[in-house]
Amino acid sequence: MDKFRMIFQFLQSNQESFMNGICGIMALASAQMYSAFDFNCPCLPHYNLAYGLGILLVPPFILFLLGFVLNNNVSMLAEEWRRPQGHRGKDPAVLRYMFCSMAQRAMIAPVVWVSVTLLDGKCITCAFCTSVPVETLGNTSHPGFSQGEMKRVLARIPCKEIYDGQELIANEVAVRYLRCISQALGWCFVLLMTTLAFLVRSLRPCFTQAVFLKSRYWSHYIDIERKLFDETCAEHARSFARVCIQQFFEGMSTDLAAARCHPPRKTPADAGEAAEKLLGITDQSTMNSVLKSWHRCKPPLHLHQPALPSSNGWAQQEHPPAHSPVPRREMAAYYSRV
Amino acid sequence: MERFRMIFQYFQSNTESVMNGICGLLALASVKIYTSFDFSCPCLPRYNMAYGLGVMFIPPVTLFFCGLILNRQSLVMLEEWSRPQGSRKKDLAVIRYMCSSIMQRAMVAPIVWIIVTLLDGKCLICAFSGSVDPEKFVGFANTTPVQVQQLLAKVPCKDDELMRNNTSRKAVSRYLRCWSQALGWSILLILIVAAFLARWLRPCFNQVTLLQARHWSNYIDIEQKIFEETCCEHSRQFAHKCILHFFESMRQEIKQHSFRLPREGEGAEREEDLLWGITNQDEVNKLLKMWYYQKPPLNV
Repeated sequence: MDKFRMIFQFLQSNQESFMNGICGIMALASAQMYSAFDFNCPCLPHYNLAYGLGILLVPPFILFLLGFVLNNNVSMLAEEWRRPQGHRGKDPAVLRYMFCSMAQRAMIAPVVWVSVTLLDGKCITCAFCTSVPVETLGNTSHPGFSQGEMKRVLARIPCKEIYDGQELIANEVAVRYLRCISQALGWCFVLLMTTLAFLVRSLRPCFTQAVFLKSRYWSHYIDIERKLFDETCAEHARSFARVCIQQFFEGMSTDLAAARCHPPRKTPADAGEAAEKLLGITDQSTMNSVLKSWHRCKPPLHLHQPALPSSNGWAQQEHPPAHSPVPRREMAAYYSRV
Repeated sequence: MERFRMIFQYFQSNTESVMNGICGLLALASVKIYTSFDFSCPCLPRYNMAYGLGVMFIPPVTLFFCGLILNRQSLVMLEEWSRPQGSRKKDLAVIRYMCSSIMQRAMVAPIVWIIVTLLDGKCLICAFSGSVDPEKFVGFANTTPVQVQQLLAKVPCKDDELMRNNTSRKAVSRYLRCWSQALGWSILLILIVAAFLARWLRPCFNQVTLLQARHWSNYIDIEQKIFEETCCEHSRQFAHKCILHFFESMRQEIKQHSFRLPREGEGAEREEDLLWGITNQDEVNKLLKMWYYQKPPLNV
């Protein structure tokens, strides 16, 4: 019991740190994925915006969903949400607490992706290069470009090798301008997220501490109860299987003995453990029939009472429970010791 | 009891070292972020100052908030501050002590960022290249004011076509970098002297109050940890009892509906305990269905 408690405390204290660890790994993974990703701006007027904003916004959404998928507690939340009320009331505060704590952890990797993307600058440069203020940064006096032409030329800003508008606006000037805007947005985004996180964390103890303690206790309780129930069911299944198989072996041994018309070999009282473990099956042909029968005709999931030792030798017939419609085995165990 | 004492000592020593570790990691992270951040000055007249000062001051604010968020003790302090008085008096000295220790640790990473920024020099060069006196530098002395502003704004960009071979650019850049590094070293020196004095002179003032405040702030921290552990232990016991009751009630129900004769023998009893009287597929399915549709009430 002591050992169980220590292991349990370790797991409990460790699950928080385990979840935080997964969170941190996903954040690092998102930064790594961004640096490994080969960004290729299409340098075409309408495609640039779609590509740039797509890279900025679609991966964070995927990372957010992945954060939920990797969280073990999602199924627990869903189960608690969907279960019928029964004898136990449902507390929406507990559900909210579970959802909020999961959502907060799942938000970290997307925020890291968006920050790294904005601070790097390639996405914004690609998406908004056609909106650069040419009047202030370049030479508007340069003739010969219609609106569409100008957009086509500006769209090539991210691709230095094919840029042909150097007289209109210098490539470095435009790139520096866009990158400055992107980095400013990035730092403001990081500041905003950090401020929000700080406010959420620091205002909670001032306003809803009692409700928070209650929700946290009951959400841990639900988790522990589910685990304990699974363990108890596993123990039950183990015992069920053990008794079922034992009864199968005993049944087979008596059936085969009866079929050969000699009485079942009773293990003598002083036979010892090894002999008991043989369960009355002591020759090759019997064992082979047992194995064949196990494959062809597994026993029903219905444990029966063992034979009670009675003086006149009549074996006890099974008493099927009133609500069980399980069909009986064909080779019923019966003896006659008249 | 021995084990409890060892765990106690572990927690006592560990909170401080955990917080110091986080502080150090955050400082290293701030240096790493600065070196991996690709600083690119816009080289445009009004944007330079905003960009340079922004990069110098916004990340430290972010790092400060991160330092507060990652420190567990800040939550403990807020709880202690906002709790209703009840039967236990609130000691403001303890709250002040906790607040000051949290702030000191949270300030380390922002200060590291600012100092690294100043010692590197790029931010200041970008922010103040337009504010330099053009008369001091040969290349910029004989141009119109507007042109001077444009040229000075391009000083941080080495590869700009106008600035590529301009020696005056290098002069301005070196001048600004010199100021930046001087400022950086001065700030570092002042901070270290201040920290040194604070640590040396502190025992001369209010040592008793300090010892008391430190003791009680540790106490509050440990008390909260132990409360959480006790709640976990309690919920485990509660769940265990609840599930036992549930299985027991299933066993009673089955006994009522079936005509089983009692089994004899010790081995059989042990086995029966583990089986809870549930011995066929339908009963197991019924148990699982009951568990989902009608969880037992939270009343053991």
